[in-house]
Amino acid sequence: MIDWLFLGVALAGGAGAAVRMLLDGVIKQALGNSMPWATNIINISGSFLLGGLTGLLAAHLVAPELQAVLGVGFMGGYTTFSTASVETFRLMQERRWNAAWVNALGLLVVSTAAAAAGLGLGRLLG
Amino acid sequence: MRRHDQSPTPTTGPLYLRPAYLGLAFLGGALGTAIRYGLTLAFPGSGQAMGAILAINLVGAFCLGYLLEALGRRGDDVGTRRTVRVLVGTGALGGFTTYSTLATNVVELLGSGRIWTGIGYALLTVVVGVVASGAGILVAARTTTPVRNDERTAA
Repeated sequence: MIDWLFLGVALAGGAGAAVRMLLDGVIKQALGNSMPWATNIINISGSFLLGGLTGLLAAHLVAPELQAVLGVGFMGGYTTFSTASVETFRLMQERRWNAAWVNALGLLVVSTAAAAAGLGLGRLLG
Repeated sequence: MRRHDQSPTPTTGPLYLRPAYLGLAFLGGALGTAIRYGLTLAFPGSGQAMGAILAINLVGAFCLGYLLEALGRRGDDVGTRRTVRVLVGTGALGGFTTYSTLATNVVELLGSGRIWTGIGYALLTVVVGVVASGAGILVAARTTTPVRNDERTAA
């Protein structure tokens, strides 16, 4: 028996990862490599969208299955914690302490705020 | 989309525009997401799920640090090394770990009045995540036999 929901979540995660790779390349091409802008933009936008989906779920505007596929799957695959951590450590290795702090805590604060904004917006629509 | 006169063919353009490598990221990402989803299903309830996400993110941060450093020390980003980096690093570990769930979990904790739990969870994840990725990098640096090859000089 095939668990279609599980398969859907996994495939959506694959799609999210591929979109992340594409967008990462495009952003690095446009903004350069001095700061890990690409990972930050990806994580902030993904946090906003997952917050929005969670809000829509709370407002019963999105079915739990769709929230799982798009939220747990796509947004989970699209955003990445491991790359953000490695990039912060690389900045520390370069002794760019301010950049490292901003990359670690700045991303955390802005992503959380983005998720909160998305959640509020999603609930507002309900 | 801007197109140049000499548009790159799929095998010579930048990596992020090549279908084969995007396919590798897709495959790895699907696998990493499946493992993450399976683990969160195995630990139901929001408290346990948050613990699972914390563990996933820390393990993933260590593994990515190890992988990238080990690959970098073995040689240039070409051939099998590049395939492994995109499949396992960008795809599987990128899809396994998640920032959006972390952010949303923190918002849920803060929103339910558990302010210090939310702040603690957020800081613990991010600080230990950086330590974990650094540990992965250092372990790889100590255990990988360096391979001499034409190093690219800093421009």
